[in-house]
Amino acid sequence: MRRLALAAALVILAALPFWAGGTFYINIASQILLYAIFALGLNVLVGYAGLVSLGHAGLLGIAAYGAARLLTGGHGHLAAIAGALALALAAAALFAVLALRGTGIGFVMITLALGQIVWGVAYRWISITNGDNGISVTGRPSPLGFSLASPSHFYWATLVVFVLALGSMAMLVASPFGAGLRGTRDQPRRMAALGYHVWMIRFLAFLLSGFWSGVAGLLFLYYNQFVSPQAVALTASAEALLMVISGGSGTLLGPVVGAGLVIIMKNVASAYIERWNFVLGAIFVAIVIFMPDGLVPGAARLWRRVTARPATRAASAVAAPGERPAR
Amino acid sequence: MSLWLVLAVNSVTFGGLLFLLSAGFSLIFGLMRVPNLTHGSFFMLGGYFAASLIEWGLGFWPAAVVSGLLVAALGGVVERLILRRLAGAELAQVLVTLGLSFMIADVCLKVWTGDPVRIGTPPALQGATAVGGFAFPTYRLAISLIAVVFAVALWALLDRTRLGAMIRAGVDDPEMARVAGIRVSRLFTIVFCLGAWLAGFAGVIGGPILSVYPGLDQEMLPLALVVVILGGTGSLLGSLVGSFIVGFLYNFGQAMFPELAYVVLFLPMLLVLVVRPQGLFGRPAV
Repeated sequence: MRRLALAAALVILAALPFWAGGTFYINIASQILLYAIFALGLNVLVGYAGLVSLGHAGLLGIAAYGAARLLTGGHGHLAAIAGALALALAAAALFAVLALRGTGIGFVMITLALGQIVWGVAYRWISITNGDNGISVTGRPSPLGFSLASPSHFYWATLVVFVLALGSMAMLVASPFGAGLRGTRDQPRRMAALGYHVWMIRFLAFLLSGFWSGVAGLLFLYYNQFVSPQAVALTASAEALLMVISGGSGTLLGPVVGAGLVIIMKNVASAYIERWNFVLGAIFVAIVIFMPDGLVPGAARLWRRVTARPATRAASAVAAPGERPAR
Repeated sequence: MSLWLVLAVNSVTFGGLLFLLSAGFSLIFGLMRVPNLTHGSFFMLGGYFAASLIEWGLGFWPAAVVSGLLVAALGGVVERLILRRLAGAELAQVLVTLGLSFMIADVCLKVWTGDPVRIGTPPALQGATAVGGFAFPTYRLAISLIAVVFAVALWALLDRTRLGAMIRAGVDDPEMARVAGIRVSRLFTIVFCLGAWLAGFAGVIGGPILSVYPGLDQEMLPLALVVVILGGTGSLLGSLVGSFIVGFLYNFGQAMFPELAYVVLFLPMLLVLVVRPQGLFGRPAV
């Protein structure tokens, strides 16, 4: 049943360019998948490690800027992609070493400061980043002779990467490492007492998160064929966090749903109102106050309530299973 | 006057502004564990309010105080209505204050447009004052003086009054403070309003130097964060020292390595994080 649904979803997604009805919608779908990859990467930290990063757009931007510089410097696509991913991983390692000096709010503040520093460099270091004007690149790669220039081809390539990202997340969740990671989120002291290297587990999670953020950064660059400081602004980090939280952090599909929600909202809202930032802020506040665990868990809970028998309904009202212990 | 002296004076002035901004942030964080990401917005909002009040005919200093009060009132509303409901949920507080800062920034953009708004230097403080053979801009000297006065006043408030003793008790151990009969929740509101007032006031007196423009909030907030990470949370002395370190690094960095000013700013933070994660004057977490 589950596999059938999965296969059906995949077929529907793969056939999207044929039924979406126009380049505009195909491009929106590409954007959703691209940001879903980014949100999945961020979710490794926010959802499974319990470490909230507000500087992740910095990692995406470092990959995008790295690739853009390599491409404008005359290197090939392969070199640009490899170089950008290596750069993103190195940056993630540096971010991790610094940010993991703190947990909880300390982690948030340090990642925020790091993200703003990346923004400051992108904005100010004009000889490298071209400042506010950003860097344009021309041409998309053609892996195995399959040109990605057209919107639908680019969409399919993004879909393949997205499926890989989602698959890696499913593997992470099922793996012992994933269980250990969730352990460090819920009970770091106990995990340390059991002999787990809590710092190393978190560090590796940060690297994984940084890797997918870098991949998203590459897709971002190739999709827009342009990168500017706006890509690394605090708003971008906050948007990614909103995707994770609104969909439901610590769930497999939550970030994907959240990415779809935010991108569709952004495109719809920007068509009718120019104050997108206000709407973004308002959604943030509303979700935190009214639906703190996000759409996917919220909807699942609602579904359970509707389908559950009265006796279990009373029990589930007392303590929802899997709820994090309050501090 | 030599370039270095100009830079030094600017650094001290900027450090003073940062102190007013980050002292409130640090106190709020130290007492309530609330990372108030609207603090940069409070700074910007203070500047905008004052610009409008001055346009309507109010003097500079009354406008500064009233703008601070308006911002403090807003802070009180935010604390009472929203943050209180999220007590203990730090992530939720981060998100809510971040969301609010976006909303405030967007409303400001709508009301005051995207053009920078200048606040005129108060007439009495225009021109230069000669000190020891050098002519210093009077207004910058005044800001430094104000920062010193506020530092002493805040120290006296925290160290010498009953309210200060209660706040310190709340910072050290909110549970025990409650047991001892201190109404910590009222302290929260007082400290939050005080911090918001300081930020709004700093935004006004920073106006003649920085002017007020969209994005000022997100420029000041990381600086306040760096100050607090450097100095240690909840420590007034830490805020003071951190502010001046950041003030000097920011101004000298911009003059000497204009492209890398942000990196210069970030290096000492990196060093402190590695060597002393609780900050220069912070106490290690238990």
